[in-house]
Amino acid sequence: MEAAAGGGCGSGPPLLLSEGEQQCYSELFARCAGAAGGGPGSGPPEAARAVPGAVTAAAGPVADLFRASQLPAETLHQITELCGAKRVGYFGPTQFYIALKLIAAAQSGLPVRIESLKCELPLPRFMMSKTDADTRFGNPAELHGAKVQIPYLITEKNTFKRMDDEDKQETQSPTMSPLASPPSSPPHYQRVPLSHGYSKLRSSTEQMHPAPYEARQPLVQPEGPSSGAAGAKPPRHQASLIRSFSVEREPHDNNSNYPDEPWRITEEQREYYVNQFRSLQPDPSSFISGSVAKNFFTKSKLSIPELSYIWELSDADCDGALTLPEFCAAFHLIVARKNGYPLPEGLPPTLQPEYLQAAFPKPKRECTLFDSYSESMPANQQPRDLNRMEKLSIKDMADFPVPAQDVTSDDKQEQNKTRLEQNKIRLALKSTVDEALPKDMSEDPATSKDSNSLKARPRSRSYSSTSIEEAMKRGEDPPTPPPRPQKTHSRASSLDLNKVFQPSVPATKSGLLPPPPALPPRPCPSQSEQASEAEIHPQLNRAPSQAADSSPTKKDIPYSQPPSKPIRRKFRPENPAPENQEPSSTVGGPASAVTGKPHTAVQKQSSKQKKAIQTAIRKNKEANAVLARLNSELQQQLKEVHQERIALENQLEQLRPVTVL
Amino acid sequence: MAVCVAVIAKENYPLYIRSIPTENELKFHYMVHTSLDVVDEKISAMGKALVDQRELYLGLLYPTEDYKVYGYVTNSKVKFVMVVDSSNTALRDNEIRSMFRKLHNSYTDVMCNPFYNPGDRIQSRAFDSMVTSMMIQVLSRAPCCRAGEALWA
Repeated sequence: MEAAAGGGCGSGPPLLLSEGEQQCYSELFARCAGAAGGGPGSGPPEAARAVPGAVTAAAGPVADLFRASQLPAETLHQITELCGAKRVGYFGPTQFYIALKLIAAAQSGLPVRIESLKCELPLPRFMMSKTDADTRFGNPAELHGAKVQIPYLITEKNTFKRMDDEDKQETQSPTMSPLASPPSSPPHYQRVPLSHGYSKLRSSTEQMHPAPYEARQPLVQPEGPSSGAAGAKPPRHQASLIRSFSVEREPHDNNSNYPDEPWRITEEQREYYVNQFRSLQPDPSSFISGSVAKNFFTKSKLSIPELSYIWELSDADCDGALTLPEFCAAFHLIVARKNGYPLPEGLPPTLQPEYLQAAFPKPKRECTLFDSYSESMPANQQPRDLNRMEKLSIKDMADFPVPAQDVTSDDKQEQNKTRLEQNKIRLALKSTVDEALPKDMSEDPATSKDSNSLKARPRSRSYSSTSIEEAMKRGEDPPTPPPRPQKTHSRASSLDLNKVFQPSVPATKSGLLPPPPALPPRPCPSQSEQASEAEIHPQLNRAPSQAADSSPTKKDIPYSQPPSKPIRRKFRPENPAPENQEPSSTVGGPASAVTGKPHTAVQKQSSKQKKAIQTAIRKNKEANAVLARLNSELQQQLKEVHQERIALENQLEQLRPVTVL
Repeated sequence: MAVCVAVIAKENYPLYIRSIPTENELKFHYMVHTSLDVVDEKISAMGKALVDQRELYLGLLYPTEDYKVYGYVTNSKVKFVMVVDSSNTALRDNEIRSMFRKLHNSYTDVMCNPFYNPGDRIQSRAFDSMVTSMMIQVLSRAPCCRAGEALWA
């Protein structure tokens, strides 16, 4: 069985392959041959040997495969020359196997020579594209669903045996699966270098994977078994296959061994959760009490038993309060549930508080996270991959009974779907707000065009009236600490007045403060500040609203400007709400009451000041009204107290012994 | 291992009752019901002292030929009743105590859940799994038995 492949054809040097290598090479050959579309593409080595002349690996897939080995081009040229392909003009099995062995040699650092073939070498390493790996193992997953799950329930030794069986069956399956054509691989290659480093580590940590896979089996039927098959393989003999498997999983895993895509919190989601947390509890390092959290989560309109279960999952220390990571986990579970994912049996590793704390240490200081609101993700590929994979996987998870082939076809169109997937996440956020689950899928195509309108939609319907908009706004703003209204209004002695003033007046003053240093300095806020110091300018213009608008909106990424304006308009009537403490939003609120029109700079400034003055006037009027109301209430109370006093005095009179006149 | 575990509210209605389904579950429910009298007796007997000094673990409430019934009361008058197999002589008092302690801890965790209203049936999966671990291991997960509760309602 070993040397037959080499001896059968008679050309080229004798090739001694170990059993493992035989397996691997034959599989790779089958893939390359099958990918060509023609040829029998049959996996079993016997067939290949039986008809050596007829079975050839097409140059295209072979070239891609060789490139995947990440050797320099001239080495590859040498190899192809040596293996005899150039001589015979095609890649027969012999040539292919020789080439693979030479690749292994080259990767091990040995010179590319015929003599190297004689050495005992590890298997060649290829950075396979996810597509290929997926298609290859997508089918086996369904064919051998139950069977594949068994291996990682037993010991390693046994699993190796079983995996051998698996391999044999899997090598046959490529004939049935629609092998993806390599041309789509360039986008995958982009991802690949990232994970290249991990794949090497991966081989030593393969054995740990069965555990998380078991946990997520109920969720991930098609993917789980295939990845599980990878997880159970001992690295020694199946190194290249493992790596191809592991690369398949790499984009999912992103730095850790946790393949729980739907349970991974993206940066964007994280920001949103943190802002929601802040709306409930200004100090991110303390907790939210149970009752507060209960009211908040009840608004998500999930059933009480489900909420109870989610709480149980997320409150890891069972103290009846949620810290920030616990809150994020709970929120994420709610979002997932609303999107239709069944709740997990246990808290997924990516939602554990330690993991969350480690992954996102300082939500406040992560200014770069706000870039996530823009279409262009930060240059860092990993979050993008993560997001892409998560979005893809969420999209896939949502209809997970669908076979894995759909996953791969989605992969091919990944580029086109990037925007779609990003919107999917926003949809996920939105769905918690809209409480309309079925809308998710139907709105997907609609939202792919205009992400702006999508962003506006969650704000149009919020389940806590202002907090969503609040949160989004706050998210777009730089991470300022929440305003402390007491500082600006020390004159207000009574607590009532403080509360009264909180929503209205402090907003203006603190809102017009210059932005924190993280952002580029802008003239607008300082100018509005001057304006608030009562410099009157006669010109009336719409520009101030634009400018004042642009002052907070400049902080936003440009594309979000259109949706933010209509939202700000909504803030006005909701200003007195106690939650509404964010300065910029309330500044934006009154400012956007008049829709902005572009004007010249000079007019802008003067009208800005005028606008600011008007704003101040309005604010004062509001404060006046509030005070008047308070006054009337107090008067009312005074009256009542008087009446009580009179009543008491009457009673006293009656009870006093009647004096004889 | 326990054959039946029950959590009884202060007003003597069951919050949670679960038994091994092979046998006649009704029998266990009757047992638990009747044991409540014994519990009340023990509480009132000790109740002359301050509540703080009252021991939570009540011990063996009464033995039958097949089973032994143990009781435990919390400070909020929530009672835990456990029925164990008499043939299982390996179970010592300490083990029973530790089982009750586990029950109590799990119950506290259930209480901490803000979505749980005191007086509701306990539907927590964590609690269920903990009780399952206490039941005889041979059987697979037994469904929480609610049928008998109609008797008490």
